[in-house]
Amino acid sequence: MLKNIFIEVGLIARFTGRFFVEVFKPQFEFKEFLRQCFYIGNKSLPLVVITAFIMGLVLTMQSRPTLLEFGAQAWLPKMISVSLIREIAPVITALICAGKIGSGIGAELGSMKVTEQIDAMDVSGTNPYKFLVVTRVMATTLMIPLLAILADAVSLYGGYLGCNIKGVVSWDLFWNQIFDTLVFGDILPSIIKTFFFGFVIGIIGCYQGFNSSKGTEGVGQSANSAVVISSLLVFIIDLLAVQITDVLNLN
Amino acid sequence: MTTNKPIIKKESVISINDLNKAFGDHKVINEFNFNLFRGENVVVLGKSGSGKSVLIKLIIGLMKPDKGTIHVLGNNVPELNSSELDEMRVKIGFLFQSNALYDSMTVRENLEFPLRRHWIKTSKQDVNALVIEALTNVGLPETIDMMPSELSGGMRKRIALARTLILKPEIILYDEPTTGLDPITGKEISQLMLDIQKKYNTSSIIISHDINCVKIVANRIVMLIDGTCYATGTFQELENSKDPKVKQFFE
Ligand SMILES: Nc1ncnc2c1ncn2[C@@H]1O[C@H](COP(=O)(O)OP(=O)(O)OP(=O)(O)O)[C@@H](O)[C@H]1O
Ligand SMILES: [Mg+2]
Repeated sequence: MLKNIFIEVGLIARFTGRFFVEVFKPQFEFKEFLRQCFYIGNKSLPLVVITAFIMGLVLTMQSRPTLLEFGAQAWLPKMISVSLIREIAPVITALICAGKIGSGIGAELGSMKVTEQIDAMDVSGTNPYKFLVVTRVMATTLMIPLLAILADAVSLYGGYLGCNIKGVVSWDLFWNQIFDTLVFGDILPSIIKTFFFGFVIGIIGCYQGFNSSKGTEGVGQSANSAVVISSLLVFIIDLLAVQITDVLNLN
Repeated sequence: MTTNKPIIKKESVISINDLNKAFGDHKVINEFNFNLFRGENVVVLGKSGSGKSVLIKLIIGLMKPDKGTIHVLGNNVPELNSSELDEMRVKIGFLFQSNALYDSMTVRENLEFPLRRHWIKTSKQDVNALVIEALTNVGLPETIDMMPSELSGGMRKRIALARTLILKPEIILYDEPTTGLDPITGKEISQLMLDIQKKYNTSSIIISHDINCVKIVANRIVMLIDGTCYATGTFQELENSKDPKVKQFFE
């Protein structure tokens, strides 16, 4: 069992290593890259927006009673903005994308694998790794940060509405407070880590798809493991990110 | 109905020596020797699971043999690097048993795929003309903008055949070209294979169970039994063979 995990980790590392070799080879598949970017954005945008909005709103509403005990409800925008920007919006976005995009890539490449479409590309003189994997991984690495930034904005808007359900905070005051609170050290690490989230979601989805075993069951399994492993890695990266920012004194 | 005449043997385009391939303990190809001569259509006959598909995948370089050499147009396939392999594959058409049409692409994009190689310089009009010619050859010009999922099984087979033939390869490897077709279409496809052979002097390996197709296209038949080249000869020779292992295929 433990041995299998190590073997799997080794294989994923090798698959990832290949990405860095292939990405620098000429003939970038730009059209396929754009298609994937559009697809990713299009597919997860509504879900990301709705979830981020609700998270912002709910977090604010639930934090208010606690702050009220200390008579500190004026701190509400400060507090929620830090938790939303630093943690909740990026991680929720990544998890949604792991579920939607990661499983989609795993299933798509998995079914291409079992129906020999990947072999057919090879025979047709197009490097399937470059055409399928490099484009998808680049697309997730670019699009998930964009979606996360959008989620930041939407969740803060949810927070603003949450503040105004019981009590009044003007639009200007709310944003002034947030921008006074948030510093470079809050925003930058939270954006940087989403690039890593995007990368692992793409690479794990592709890895699972490429190594799909024969049959429909194999495809389902690929999609499933893509979600499980990439969600787990999102949390692990999150954990590492907090340690690193700590060391760099950005907390 | 007359059968295809044997070819006077001269230059060999594929030459296989002492080929071995096993999956675990299961020896699929065992000490296999074989020559394909220019302009010749050879049919490979064998039971289901006898390793016919594995054999042609070894030839195109999708699988690596455990032992032995496969010389295709003078190059030993297992020793080629990826760009040499690609150069060789332009001259070889490969029809997958499962068709392996790209199901996220239209029929047109499927056929254009082998022309994507960056070192093939063709203008847009030429590409279009090639696509239409290939589709007309298989009798399906009206499907050009359809998706593979909208086609019937037999139509998919014919589109896959068109994709195989679009680069006018010197050597064609057909994996069950007429399986799943009605007898009339099957006969048309067999006739098309024969026409291509005559017109471009192509050499082909054809895997088929369809005795009618075999009768039309074969110059020579090779029996793949127990991983070796068990018997070889013309249709008549093998049909009149006394060996029960050979005879059973013709009953
Ligand atoms: N990737 C693989 N891994 C393990 N075993 C394999 C693999 N591919 C083929 N085999 C085995 O090799 C044997 C030959 O398979 P192959 O697909 O060549 O049969 P075939 O002669 O084409 O049969 P059919 O007429 O049914 O297509 C089978 O027993 C199969 O189990
Ligand atoms: Mg087969």
